[in-house]
Amino acid sequence: MGAFIGRRILQGIIVLFLVSFIAFIIFQYLGDPVMTLAGRYATQAQRAEVREALGLNKPFYVQYFNFLKNAFQGNFGMSYVTKVPVLNLILERLPASLELAIVAEAFAVILGISLGVFVSANPQNFASKFLMTGSLLGISLPTFLVGILLIYIFSIILGIMPTSGRGETVTILNFWRSGLLTFDGWRHIILPAFTLGMFQMALLFRITRGAMLEVLGAEYIRTAWAKGLKGKSVLFKHALRNALIPVITMVGLQFGQLIGFSIVTESIFQWPGAGNLLLNSMYESDFPVVATYVIIVALIVVILNVLVDISYAFLNPKIRY
Amino acid sequence: MLNKINQIRKTKVFIHFIKKPLAVTALVVISILFLGALFAPVIAPQNPYDMDKLDLANSLLPPIWMEGGQSPYFLGTDVQGRDIFSTILYGSRTSFLVGISVVVISGLLGGGIGLFAGYFGGIFDTVVMRTADTVLSFSKTLIAMLLLGVFRQSSVILVILAIVVSDWVQYARTIRGEVLSVKEEEYVLASQAIGGTSLRTVFKHVLPNSVSPLLVVAAVDFGIAIMLEATLSFLGVGIPVTQPSLGMMISQGRNYLYAGKWWLIFFPGLTLMALVFSLNLISDWLRDEIDPKVKNI
Repeated sequence: MGAFIGRRILQGIIVLFLVSFIAFIIFQYLGDPVMTLAGRYATQAQRAEVREALGLNKPFYVQYFNFLKNAFQGNFGMSYVTKVPVLNLILERLPASLELAIVAEAFAVILGISLGVFVSANPQNFASKFLMTGSLLGISLPTFLVGILLIYIFSIILGIMPTSGRGETVTILNFWRSGLLTFDGWRHIILPAFTLGMFQMALLFRITRGAMLEVLGAEYIRTAWAKGLKGKSVLFKHALRNALIPVITMVGLQFGQLIGFSIVTESIFQWPGAGNLLLNSMYESDFPVVATYVIIVALIVVILNVLVDISYAFLNPKIRY
Repeated sequence: MLNKINQIRKTKVFIHFIKKPLAVTALVVISILFLGALFAPVIAPQNPYDMDKLDLANSLLPPIWMEGGQSPYFLGTDVQGRDIFSTILYGSRTSFLVGISVVVISGLLGGGIGLFAGYFGGIFDTVVMRTADTVLSFSKTLIAMLLLGVFRQSSVILVILAIVVSDWVQYARTIRGEVLSVKEEEYVLASQAIGGTSLRTVFKHVLPNSVSPLLVVAAVDFGIAIMLEATLSFLGVGIPVTQPSLGMMISQGRNYLYAGKWWLIFFPGLTLMALVFSLNLISDWLRDEIDPKVKNI
């Protein structure tokens, strides 16, 4: 068990090193930091000075080592555009993104799993067949189209939902600006969270259904029915618990996908999160922001993957190797 | 010829296929869209990317059945006076081009890597699988977006390559899993025992018996690649603005949605959805056909 977790953590660290190397290349070699910092009209001498100050004259490995050293101290450099430390810029935007991702994930998990259980319990029902085809439609709709459609229906035609932004926020713990504590904040998060979570929900629905159908055919379920247990008890206590293992793995692993889609969602709803920041920084060639975003996302994804592996090992004794 | 057709009609796959009305409808839809894309220059009333043919006087015309609609602008026009119907035909050309190229390149690359990784095992296998895990835990959208955004260049070929970078992985994983079980089969052992070379065993015995699940992956992947191209173009890092793309049509039409010009988005959106939905229906059917065990997933 210990060896298994240790190996996973080690793999995670290797991945982080690789990603940091890619980020370093983006940071140091794309765009021209000298031009950006010294200005277009700087003299040759001024440029040399900046190059010296940034350490661009030093050998490649020294530059990479310095980059890592600074990164460990939370120093990712200045944004070319806003001249503010990049880390602050991203950390300020991160709560908005995380809240959106968490609400979307919660919505996907709750609805996806309960619909999956319903369909597996009533496979011949008309509603079940409708849901099966509907879920296929759900994974066929691009995120951006869903977002635009929702804005058109609920904001433009019906006029009951805001089109963009986060609404009223409250600052908690001094740094976390939360939109989840106000009614207005919830009104703003519903459409983007639904947009972001829909693909995930359709996927979880299909996986839950598959896993449930497999488990429902098992001997111990027949035993449970034979004992005269109530349908609810068999479904939720005996079947769902065993069917949940692949579902939980999926939830953890899909979080990386959620981050990818959140960039699209944030751009459509003008959500003031890190994804939107990344997109704008890319348009403006603000490479320090892009590089730092990559590292932070990698950190989140790697930590989550290690946690999923560990919880997986706890849930399923078969894979403790 | 007739004989052959009769033969095909008697096969199991064909009978199963005909019994599935959804799969048949999906195939019909795809075929129509494909033919439309293929013969776009012949069918389209206007070449939407020929600047001489555009007339700003025709800008933002509604579809023909609405008040103010004009022939030949069957589905209306966009802000530059481009015929929406023609642009959709040309845009779905790009979709098919990207979809087919991604599936073929990723399939060959990932299939090949997975085949050898599974058969030979060892350090190569470990490296490939860990790479696959890593790539899978990040989103394809993010990886392709970063690649295109950071290098600040765009062309159809770059879009295809940016998608392939993370896309080959699923082919490699799928075929590797198959190979692991196939290589213990007796006919493979027999081929090794009579002194067949590794390459001969791999291509003659292992490959044909482990390749069919790739078909399912390819059908799903086709749809995903098309969606990804549309998403990248929507975000402005995909296909260059001088070329047609469904995603870009939607992105440009978004600004006029508030003014009630719904047709700018509705028709390209519908085409995109019909395309991907049909591909997913077909992959669903293929999955049932190839592996009835996983029918439920």
